[in-house]
Amino acid sequence: MTSLPPPAKKKLGLVIDLDICVGCHACATSCKEWNTGGYSAPLSDHDPYGADPSGAWLNRIHSYEIQDDSGGRTVHFPRSCLHCETPDCVTVCPTGASYKRAEDGIVLVNPDTCIGCKLCSWACPYGAREYDYDDGVMKKCTLCVDRIYNENIPEEDRVPACVRACPTGARAFGDLGDPDSAVSQSVAERDGFNLLEEFGYQPVNKYLPPRQAAAPLAGSAVESGAAAVKASDGSAIEQLFAWADRALSR
Amino acid sequence: MVAAEPALNTSPVVSDEIRKTTCYMCACRCGIDVHLRDGKVRYIEGNRDHPVNKGVLCGKGSAGIMQHYSPARLRAPMKRVGPRGSGEFEEISWDEALGLATDWLSAVRKTDPKKLAFFTGRDQSQSLTGLWAMQFGTPNFAAHGGFCSVNMAAGGLYTFGGAFWEFGDPDWDKTKYFMLFGVAEDHASNPIKIGIGKLKSRGVKVVSVNPVRTGYNAVADEWVGVKPGTDGLFVGALIHELFRTRQIDLDYLLRYTNTAWHVIDAPGDADHGLFARGEDGEAMVWTEAGWASAMDPEAKAIPTGGRTLPDGRATRPVFELLAERFLGDDYAPEAVAAECGVAAEDIRRVAAELAHVAFQQEIVIDQPWTDWAGRRQDKMIGRPVSMHAMRGISAHSNGFQTCRMIHVLQILLGSIDCPGGFRYKPPYPKQTPPNLLPHGSLGNIKPEMPLGGPHLGFPHGPEHLLLAEDGGPSRLDKGFSWDAPMSAHGLMHMVINNAAARDPYGVDVLFMYMANMAWNSSMNVPGTIDALTAKDENGEYVIPKIIYSDAYYSETVPYADLILPDTTYLERYDCISLLDRPISEPDHVADAIRHPVVKPDRDVRGFQEVMIDLGARLGFAAFTNADGSPKFPGGYADYIVNHERKPGVGPLSGWRGDGEDFGVGAPNPGQLEKYIENGAFYAHEIAPEHAYFKHANRGYLDWGIKHGLRASPRPTIFQLYSEPLQKFRLAAEGHGERQPPDRTRERIKAFFDPIPFWYPPFEGEMTEGYPLHAITQRPMHMYHSWGSQNAWLRQITAANRLYVHVSVGARIGVEDDDWVWLSSHQGRVKCQVRLMEGVNPDTVWTWNAIGKRRGAWALSDDAPESREGFLLNHLISELLPAGGGGYRYSNSDPITGQAAWFDLRVAIEKADGGGETEPRFEATGNGGLPSAPEKLAYGAEFKEPNT
Repeated sequence: MTSLPPPAKKKLGLVIDLDICVGCHACATSCKEWNTGGYSAPLSDHDPYGADPSGAWLNRIHSYEIQDDSGGRTVHFPRSCLHCETPDCVTVCPTGASYKRAEDGIVLVNPDTCIGCKLCSWACPYGAREYDYDDGVMKKCTLCVDRIYNENIPEEDRVPACVRACPTGARAFGDLGDPDSAVSQSVAERDGFNLLEEFGYQPVNKYLPPRQAAAPLAGSAVESGAAAVKASDGSAIEQLFAWADRALSR
Repeated sequence: MVAAEPALNTSPVVSDEIRKTTCYMCACRCGIDVHLRDGKVRYIEGNRDHPVNKGVLCGKGSAGIMQHYSPARLRAPMKRVGPRGSGEFEEISWDEALGLATDWLSAVRKTDPKKLAFFTGRDQSQSLTGLWAMQFGTPNFAAHGGFCSVNMAAGGLYTFGGAFWEFGDPDWDKTKYFMLFGVAEDHASNPIKIGIGKLKSRGVKVVSVNPVRTGYNAVADEWVGVKPGTDGLFVGALIHELFRTRQIDLDYLLRYTNTAWHVIDAPGDADHGLFARGEDGEAMVWTEAGWASAMDPEAKAIPTGGRTLPDGRATRPVFELLAERFLGDDYAPEAVAAECGVAAEDIRRVAAELAHVAFQQEIVIDQPWTDWAGRRQDKMIGRPVSMHAMRGISAHSNGFQTCRMIHVLQILLGSIDCPGGFRYKPPYPKQTPPNLLPHGSLGNIKPEMPLGGPHLGFPHGPEHLLLAEDGGPSRLDKGFSWDAPMSAHGLMHMVINNAAARDPYGVDVLFMYMANMAWNSSMNVPGTIDALTAKDENGEYVIPKIIYSDAYYSETVPYADLILPDTTYLERYDCISLLDRPISEPDHVADAIRHPVVKPDRDVRGFQEVMIDLGARLGFAAFTNADGSPKFPGGYADYIVNHERKPGVGPLSGWRGDGEDFGVGAPNPGQLEKYIENGAFYAHEIAPEHAYFKHANRGYLDWGIKHGLRASPRPTIFQLYSEPLQKFRLAAEGHGERQPPDRTRERIKAFFDPIPFWYPPFEGEMTEGYPLHAITQRPMHMYHSWGSQNAWLRQITAANRLYVHVSVGARIGVEDDDWVWLSSHQGRVKCQVRLMEGVNPDTVWTWNAIGKRRGAWALSDDAPESREGFLLNHLISELLPAGGGGYRYSNSDPITGQAAWFDLRVAIEKADGGGETEPRFEATGNGGLPSAPEKLAYGAEFKEPNT
């Protein structure tokens, strides 16, 4: 079994805003595209043009309806490794292939020592690990470890591919161990939450809940215009014309 | 075990070259950075500098690699050797293919040019293909706008010289209230996504009006689950409320619209409903000093009260006619609530919210500007309410009038091109109606003679229709005839069936590009396949020759006789031109190119290269020199740089002349290099004093003329009352020389109302027993039929379900994945259901174009796309049921000819057992494509040592 390093000060992760995710899959396909040629290369696809296409993805989007006070909504829920602070997926690994980086807390699989036993995928309650059947090893979100420090790409692009692509700005990347970081601030402001908190794995990634919908205009304000009409004389159309004449003669 | 952490190489090499071009994974045309490694595509990301997507890239664009390497890519020109539909082809050389095409086309051109029907689908090069068709001399050309969104374009252009999407955008940074009507997610993709992200982050209220609560609608603050086709009733009731509560921008109306123009009130007379005009031809307004020209900036027009002209004719101002229409009981919230499925109190509240934001939360920008009449204004005042709409409005037979109604709502609130409102994207606004007329009356069609002007335009009255001598249609699709007088984009959805029925006449060659007309782009797929394969009494195909160009083996390929294989989007030149469908944003005039970032590994050529080659082979003046040699030996790239539409104006606006000119300037041989250096686009910033009120901003108007964006220095006056419509109506009443056939008179009288109004969609009125509405939505990760060949995108959606409201599921006793029969007056489809809450209870819907035919797209015969995937197209007739007199009109808007896809009415019942979708068409042959791989490990070759 594999041990965890001492808790890192730096906790790199994602903050995902469920209020503005429209479920476009940009984060999923940009992740696939980057990572199939990156650290985890390849992310194999099986029967890609056939009856049952499947493949290794490090990020998937689930869409479902929920009913709430406002009558309900559809929530788009991107799901990937949460880079937990106390991940069982690491501690169950018999070879040490799964590990949590001491420096920044990223949870990685070393493909050279992974034997494809799948214990880690059983241990992860989030379903965030994907076995690549063709490659014979476990694949997972690397937080684009081959982008975020990569000196071969411009500094502004040193973010995970999913964050780089997201059209609505629903994904942010940063140090959740630093209370002053933009991501920590947004979690504080928006009551960001842990997925399946009760399991106790202390995910680093956070989700921001849907905002309260903008309030409807209060009944009194709706009626204020209409009240003025009732006080006038004549049909609605006569009132309109009289109003227009008055307005223009001012 | 405590393992030492491996030492990671965190700076692997990504690519050896980045080439910037323009995406084509949907119609949005975002900038992309294509990372190449050893000549292969390593990675595609959004271009941060690009005005459209500003660096981001959607789910489709990010899956571009799998489109570029699709196994369904055509490999070489092909000639059909088996019967149509068999998919039996032999590969031929380009010389042979172009020789055949030239023979076929020149025979038509020498005898009867109208016998070529050239329709170009989702073409992004219509300024070239249109020119080619003009040079050929056939009247039969259009692209796919007639079955897409012409109601949107025409409704807007006739009303305020702009429209949604490519013509304008909400002021995302300043708007305080946003209404989104029935939008297809790719119109536009990333700009709307970026915009919605901004609005939600700012806490701006987003109201979605859509029968289905998915995608953008899912994140809206308020969902108005309107019944399909009743948006006009809902909007009409909002207008009713604004008039009733007198919350309209009167000053704005007087400045920028024809609200005070007087209309002749003489029912039965030939000039009834036309504008009262002075001797100078200008419309007239009434002032305290009597009649004045509407264009006299000093005139203080009075918008109320009927008047009498000096010659004794009675008149009424537009304002009164408009107010009467919408203050009538028909548009009271209580009157429309049941029909449109929105509670009266919600309608009243939304109207009040619109007015509240527009008038109580106005935006004032300290930016002086000068109005069209030269009057200096200190500030720009904004009514920060914005709207966007697309397919859900346009794909109905009442779409044109509904679209006009939405624009009237925007105008009454004073929210067109003001801070926080809806903003034009240059070169819009155009004049209202645009000063561009259609060409192609049969009397002007002569062998070997080019057409006198562009095919498509905006008739101002019956005098601009394209008619045969007998008054029937000139065009095969019956565009610009009395059946569809203002069909500004043609009716591509009618071409194949009309050609097979020889109504109004047959053709010799049908030439199509990039439209899957034998499948998801046609109504009534079985009927369309019959039309493509129909034979005459001699056993010859009724449509004798079909040429088709596409990059991929779609369902349409097997029906063509000659295939001209196109390239993928990464292998081609393209020009996203201001002459065509530009990519401007409100603050930038912009155009763009594609250029080959990888070399084709197949014997394929860009369609536009082929058109230029064919143009030279056929001897078109625009494509040959005086000595008969090709004018553009360098192909499309040569044309893009050197073609001039008029002196100094060419396909691209940037770096003209010596490299310093924008818009107008001599061709610059270094122009393409400049575009490539700049990331494949050019963007010219709009000055802050020109940023708003472009329709009436003296500085902007003059600047636009200087740079070739505008033809007229006159302001664009918003047409609340549309006189061209009234001109058609007068003809229908018997006035004027050009008279419609009797069968169309009542139809034109009823629908060509110069003031917008709502009427029920036709199919529901003409059929019985189909209680539900059926529509499609676009998955965010798919563009039409293209996505299913993409190994990654089809893993997200490989089969569609019919989404029904839980109450409908309970009523017919079905649960998720149960099979049902869905039937219409046209046919029936067997499919599986999924229950949901977020759909209008009277509506069922499914994802667009997921269903595929066996044999196409390099998918296996047991792929879910053909086994479970289904199309609603099989249920939609291209013709309406026979009305009075037995004539069957096309299933389209009576004004524009826009395909009324979303008028579909259906009944649903539980199906016994399970199985497969029906109808399931026979497999087509696959044209000899090599079989698709059984697994992919794309990117393994790029792997760098991790340590």
